[in-house]
Amino acid sequence: MCLSQHFWQFLVPGITLGCLYALIAIGYTLVYGVLQLINFAHSEVFMTGGFAGLFMVQALTNSGVVPHGAQSWLDMFLGLSCGAVFGGIVAFLLERVAYRPLRRRNAPRLIYLITAIGASLFLYNLAGKLFGRDKVNIPAMYTNGVVFTVFGAQVRVQQVIIICAAVGMMLLLDVVVNRTKLGSGIRAVAQDSRTASLMGVNINRVISQTFVIGGLLGGAAGFLFGAYLNVHYQMGFLPGIKGFAAAVLGGIGNIRGAMIGGLLLGIVESLSQSCMSSQWIDVVAFVVLILVLMFRPTGILGQRLGRAA
Amino acid sequence: MSATTAAEQVPRHAGASPLLAVHDVTLRFGGLTSLDHVDLTVERGAILAVIGPNGAGKTSLFNCLTGVYTPQEGTIELTTDGATTQLVTGSARRRRSRKPHVVNRIGVARTFQNIRLFAALSAFDNVKIAAETRGRTGPIGAMLRLPNARANDASSDALTEELLDFVALRPMADEVASSLSYGVQRRLEIARALATLPRLLLLDEPAAGTNPTEKLELERLIRRINAERGVTVLLIEHDMRLVMSVADEVTVLNFGKVIARGRPAEVQRDPAVVQAYLGTANDE
Amino acid sequence: MSQVGGLPIRVKQSRKVDPRLVRLFGWLVLGALLRLMTVTTEGTSTNHLLVVDAAFKSTKLIGWLVAGFIMWVLTELWRARKIGALVTSRTTGVRRQWRTVADRALSRRAALLAVVVAAIVLPQFLSEFYQRVLVDQVAVFVLLAVGLNVVVGWAGLLDLGYVAFFAIGAYTCAYFTGALPVAPPFTLNPFVILPVAVVVCLVAGLLLGAPTLRLRGDYLAIVTLGFHEIVQLFLVNKNNWTGGNQGVSKPVPHFSINLFGIHYKWTLASLPYWYLFIGMLAIVVFLFSRLEHSKVGRSWTAVREDEVAAAANGVPTVKYKLMAFAIGASTSGLAGVLYASRLGYINPASFPVVLSISVLSYVIFGGMGSIIGVIAGSALLTFLPAVFQEQNIVRQEDIPMWIGAILVTMMLVRPQGLIPSRRRRRELRLASEGVADADAMSEAPEGRGTG
Repeated sequence: MCLSQHFWQFLVPGITLGCLYALIAIGYTLVYGVLQLINFAHSEVFMTGGFAGLFMVQALTNSGVVPHGAQSWLDMFLGLSCGAVFGGIVAFLLERVAYRPLRRRNAPRLIYLITAIGASLFLYNLAGKLFGRDKVNIPAMYTNGVVFTVFGAQVRVQQVIIICAAVGMMLLLDVVVNRTKLGSGIRAVAQDSRTASLMGVNINRVISQTFVIGGLLGGAAGFLFGAYLNVHYQMGFLPGIKGFAAAVLGGIGNIRGAMIGGLLLGIVESLSQSCMSSQWIDVVAFVVLILVLMFRPTGILGQRLGRAA
Repeated sequence: MSATTAAEQVPRHAGASPLLAVHDVTLRFGGLTSLDHVDLTVERGAILAVIGPNGAGKTSLFNCLTGVYTPQEGTIELTTDGATTQLVTGSARRRRSRKPHVVNRIGVARTFQNIRLFAALSAFDNVKIAAETRGRTGPIGAMLRLPNARANDASSDALTEELLDFVALRPMADEVASSLSYGVQRRLEIARALATLPRLLLLDEPAAGTNPTEKLELERLIRRINAERGVTVLLIEHDMRLVMSVADEVTVLNFGKVIARGRPAEVQRDPAVVQAYLGTANDE
Repeated sequence: MSQVGGLPIRVKQSRKVDPRLVRLFGWLVLGALLRLMTVTTEGTSTNHLLVVDAAFKSTKLIGWLVAGFIMWVLTELWRARKIGALVTSRTTGVRRQWRTVADRALSRRAALLAVVVAAIVLPQFLSEFYQRVLVDQVAVFVLLAVGLNVVVGWAGLLDLGYVAFFAIGAYTCAYFTGALPVAPPFTLNPFVILPVAVVVCLVAGLLLGAPTLRLRGDYLAIVTLGFHEIVQLFLVNKNNWTGGNQGVSKPVPHFSINLFGIHYKWTLASLPYWYLFIGMLAIVVFLFSRLEHSKVGRSWTAVREDEVAAAANGVPTVKYKLMAFAIGASTSGLAGVLYASRLGYINPASFPVVLSISVLSYVIFGGMGSIIGVIAGSALLTFLPAVFQEQNIVRQEDIPMWIGAILVTMMLVRPQGLIPSRRRRRELRLASEGVADADAMSEAPEGRGTG
């Protein structure tokens, strides 16, 4: 009953948020696919993307050009790329510095998880120390007007940008994973890393690449999220957990699953806003996560990256 | 499949039924059929061997018996102390196996093809963990060292020592399991399985990786387990000499199907069996 | 996406570079990073480069870089001399033989006695500030860490919502002493609340654990993290029950005894509380060390090392995991009651998510699975920050950052912890040789193979 009248008003931000969750979820799912490990520090990759994008846009704005026309597109593009690149760098370094030595030692999973948690704690508090602990808004890059309305729900420029950018990146990723040599390497390692290495796949390189791809998307999501709300040293925590929930919802290790799971989670979260007070919104993702884990632990699409059945 | 539900309701005369009755069990993984309508009967006190080429479904059968896998079709019945237990329950749509630890408590113990000891624990603790599971000590009893907990501890210590003696491992009781030699680890794993006081012992390739002397010892050990401890033994084995000398009856699996069964000497001459083994040999 | 294509080439190039130079680079970066971490100024949201400026436009940077260089030289020398290691290992072998088992047990008793005496006597001579640190930080967190050790160290489960049970215990105490906006049916003395809170947290632990512990171990981490978040949200948003962000509406009363003619009331003074806390701690440690060497402790080890084998030998794996989880939760609740009553005031901000991770880091730092190690580790990691803070060496806000750094460093360099348990150390070594598992993170042994 509470849904009917506001359905479309909540659906649009739900899809927007869902796209961002999907981008984060892909990072979790990719790493899980090749290492069977939850990269808890992925939320900090996201946060780095937010800050990197913020600095880029601030620098561009300080150069004195008023955003209009081509300039605003350029700002957006550069901010996004900067966020993505730094996200990729942090993810790469994480793998190199924290995970690879553990892998060489064949450390138990518990050790990996603790390392990831430690890295996450370290990174966001370092960011808090360096860049301050207040919420910062990314300077406006465009006028956030209404583009069109769907059944009475307004769709704004920002939402269109986020959805288009996210969908574009996801399509690109899908092509990369399914059509390129890089993608087949990732799928091979995900399926059976030992056999893959016997077949001449350089596992370390593939794992690095996987982290970087996840990091690129996570960083980009961080920038988009920062532009949507604000940038903050703890901004990674909740979206990180929700991204993970989305990855589980779609079936961890499954890239398309992560996309669907993210979208679904965003929509569910947004729609439930019409039924409950917004203070409780963050509970929704956890409840979804626990329900999925209880009743369908393999998620909607189930199974791992690259595995057939 | 409808037999599943019917069989649960029909009361049976336990005295007449065999220790283990596997009926029409089928296990599939996606498109792959690992076990195909397998029937197997294990009489009390027997030593039975399951043989077959690699990938014939022998270990899958063990995993079905111990609740690791749930077969899609068929029934598995275990009759101990006059009571019959279905190991696969539930409706035809949602079938469930009894959990591994429940199966163990009913009286089935097993060893693993690739030895799975608690590698960082001593030989003694390895056996003691299994010996203790039948006791009813809870965390409070353990914290307060209640009389019940102490009695349980003492009796499992005694059982552990008895079993270490039984497999001639007493001198190595304090050694860390992973530091023991392969053949000794095999014996330790058998002792651990015996510590749960099973009626049926499943041995998954106990002779794999052991030398001729150890094989002879193993042969004697299996006979003693059967004779002295009254445990029925079902073993998977590739070593035909061991199977021929120790088993009362042999069942041959190939591609998930039972292709022959009978006394070892008969089976050895069975053309289907010769075909299954030699057929693979010719391919090389 | 061009970076992805470019990456492999970079990797290949680094392979040609002398590994010693790579290590030098690593040490220098580490030095620079440490300089960044030790800056005492705090960044602002208006000038983001303030701290970076302060860190790198300072002569102290050179000091750190030199330190990094020296470390590099030392480690390279050590690497080069590794061949001589054979000799030293032979001598340690002799030493190990010389120290018999009985000897070790005796020395352990003596050490334990020394620690107990020190814990009783030394605080008398400390200033009021450090006495307060001992009670509010060290005692509470040692108790928490000892409880978490059961979950992480013994059962091999990763619980990131541990402090949520601490909060539940504390709020249970606040409720039954009438400090919350909702009136309880009857008010109780904190002493009586102790068992009540233990039971409440036990039940909460069972409720959370029952559906989640059947699953893969690493999901547990994130579900417990979510649980903590939900408890937080509940405490903040249920104003009329919990008092919301403002916290309790009336102070939680102190402990008091009024029994068999003995009357005693604890007050704001720290020392009496210290003795109460270490008394509780002693009881808990005594019971837990018995648990460790009992059937229960052995079963946990079995589950941790090889879940499949444990189940096949009759160990009900889920039951034992649940047991560990619930025992941990109730210890946390116990600590919560002590904490609430000692401070008299609690609010949701007293139980942030990062606290769960901090307690985890104490356990890891001390040595998972070893009670002595965990006590030492948590005492050190709670006492030292207080000292640093008092001396204005480290800002309070930076402590989580250091804790994160310690966690990562520890995992990379010495995963077994400060004073490891022998079993744990062996497991980690075996794992590196590919023989065994050292946690309960693998798939649950039952329920596979259908469909």
